[in-house]
Amino acid sequence: MKSLVIVEHNNKSIKTSTFSTITAASQICDSVDALIVGNQLKEAVDEIKKANGLKKIYVIDKDGLNNPIAENLSTHILAFLKTKDEYTHVLTPSSTFGKNLSPKIATKLDIQQISDIIKVCDSDTFERPIYAGNAIAKVKSNEKIKILTVRPTCFEPCGLTSNVEVENVNLEGVDLSSVSFVAYDESKSDRPELTSAKVIISGGRGMQNGDNFKLLEGIADKLGAAMGASRAAVDAGFVPNDWQVGQTGKIVAPDLYVAVGISGAIQHIAGIKDSKFIASINKDEEAPIFKFSDYGLVADLFEILPELEKKL
Amino acid sequence: MKALVCVKRVIDYNVKIRVKTDKSGVETENVKMSMNPFDEIAVEEAVKLKEKGVIDEIIVLSIGAETSQETIRTGLAMGGDRGVLVKTNGQEIDPLNVGKIIKYIFDKESPDMVILGKQAIDDDCNQTGQILSSLLDCHQATFASKVEVNDDKTINVTREVDGGLETIKISIPCVITTDLRLNEPRYASLPNIMKAKQKKIDILDINDLNIDIKRRVETIEVSEPPERKPGVIVNDVDSLIDKLKNEANVI
Ligand SMILES: Cc1cc2nc3c(=O)[nH]c(=O)nc-3n(C[C@H](O)[C@H](O)[C@H](O)COP(=O)(O)OP(=O)(O)OC[C@H]3O[C@@H](n4cnc5c(N)ncnc54)[C@H](O)[C@@H]3O)c2cc1C
Ligand SMILES: Nc1ncnc2c1ncn2[C@@H]1O[C@H](COP(=O)(O)O)[C@@H](O)[C@H]1O
Repeated sequence: MKSLVIVEHNNKSIKTSTFSTITAASQICDSVDALIVGNQLKEAVDEIKKANGLKKIYVIDKDGLNNPIAENLSTHILAFLKTKDEYTHVLTPSSTFGKNLSPKIATKLDIQQISDIIKVCDSDTFERPIYAGNAIAKVKSNEKIKILTVRPTCFEPCGLTSNVEVENVNLEGVDLSSVSFVAYDESKSDRPELTSAKVIISGGRGMQNGDNFKLLEGIADKLGAAMGASRAAVDAGFVPNDWQVGQTGKIVAPDLYVAVGISGAIQHIAGIKDSKFIASINKDEEAPIFKFSDYGLVADLFEILPELEKKL
Repeated sequence: MKALVCVKRVIDYNVKIRVKTDKSGVETENVKMSMNPFDEIAVEEAVKLKEKGVIDEIIVLSIGAETSQETIRTGLAMGGDRGVLVKTNGQEIDPLNVGKIIKYIFDKESPDMVILGKQAIDDDCNQTGQILSSLLDCHQATFASKVEVNDDKTINVTREVDGGLETIKISIPCVITTDLRLNEPRYASLPNIMKAKQKKIDILDINDLNIDIKRRVETIEVSEPPERKPGVIVNDVDSLIDKLKNEANVI
């Protein structure tokens, strides 16, 4: 058995999701390679080279591959796979990058992908959440190659103390697609990334407007926390969309998740259930969020937040 | 232009689901069913494009048991023109095969765009749109939060990606999958619900399509997720901080 991990990166640095995916791959078999596809990848390659658990890294570095257009990535990955038929497993992080890309690889090989695995049972059996995590399905693939996307928060990132062998791959005759890249509006923040943060503080509709999120900022600063939000807060335009935590937003698993003015709808809970501790502040003692919280404080957030910030 | 919209009948998103005691799946008997919320957004987007004069016909497709006709009717009441049901015995079908079935209808109808939800909230697979565009060898734009059709019929799609928003330009025929913020689906008015009853739904039997729908991924068992252990209500900020510091050791 041999696994291939598709690397998620921005040409400069590697996304932590990749390191978690390598861990999942290592639980399936001992022999794990990685494939990175992009343009001007020197810095990214220097980083992925350190990943423990990899046998070899293949690099496809080519003009026109600087943006993650799924059509381009998939044709190059498929051309690479054609030159090697030893892989029994192909794993990609279950981020928007992987979700967009991996099914294309699977389809061209006429294989049914397994999405969003949270546990490796054995080399062909995996667990994955269904119904927003309200049930867990154990599934077995009968396909000759297992194509998987991996929920990063369910696998610890691999260590970074190695110096893995790197091989450049030159693929002739793989055309670029006519999809054109128009713009990338990156939301910039000095705070930790939601999906890898140790502490997260999120606000919901109870925050009333975007300005009031300042009440959370001071606390986030003191805790070194990432900031998140419920869908209601995002939909109302209080904060950017990539702050959304939940079934259809980001799945997070910090040591501490603080929910402020969030009722605790199942779709929100789906994204936070794997947190080690959940604390919540809500003025409604009946709010469902309390059922999922280790610590609940029934109070008006506008009174409590300034006090909390001061006392931390 | 012609649009094909795919709608799946799923357990309503407000229902608290129950795992069957024999662990074979999730209880669907006597449970409220609705259109997958992302597919409502897909129908709404098609109807909006029709109102703008960009699209002139909307076909609403569902693959499922006889009862999926109701879901198609909901789409027709929202503004779809006609429906297609590919009738199954209600068995689960792997997304790859769903993609092949949609392709079969695509080949018959030759739409310019297919709009699907990004994810069905029952299987949470998030694959079918990507599968379909690969089968059709056409452009895909997943997780759309904005769709703008240009005069030359190219389409600018803004996509919700992890780090922000990405915009790509694709050409027809294409596959678009919807994210939550693309639009707010309308409620069908009573007159439109009545009118939808007259609209045509073609019914095809899945066995006549010559697609092997044998499952390639078997479900071994379905179980309840581990429960979180019950927590406590604290009285004030001081005790909250104390617990977080000294009991949980997380700050
Ligand atoms: C298909 C689908 C997918 C979805 N995906 C997601 C998702 O990924 N993430 C997500 O979050 N939601 C998602 N939702 C939406 C979800 O169902 C809820 O509507 C949403 O989570 C509610 O957000 P909220 O808790 O902020 O708002 P509300 O439910 O309105 O709750 C606001 C809370 O604030 C409290 N509050 C108000 N004022 C104060 C105050 N002064 N002090 C203290 N507390 C106060 C109230 O008591 C209330 O509990 C999805 C829905 C669907 C249909
Ligand atoms: N049985 C079905 N009938 C119609 N559309 C479907 C069906 N299954 C999936 N789809 C479409 O594919 C999307 C993604 O589904 P999935 O890949 O299963 O998460 C859904 O939102 C629907 O638009």
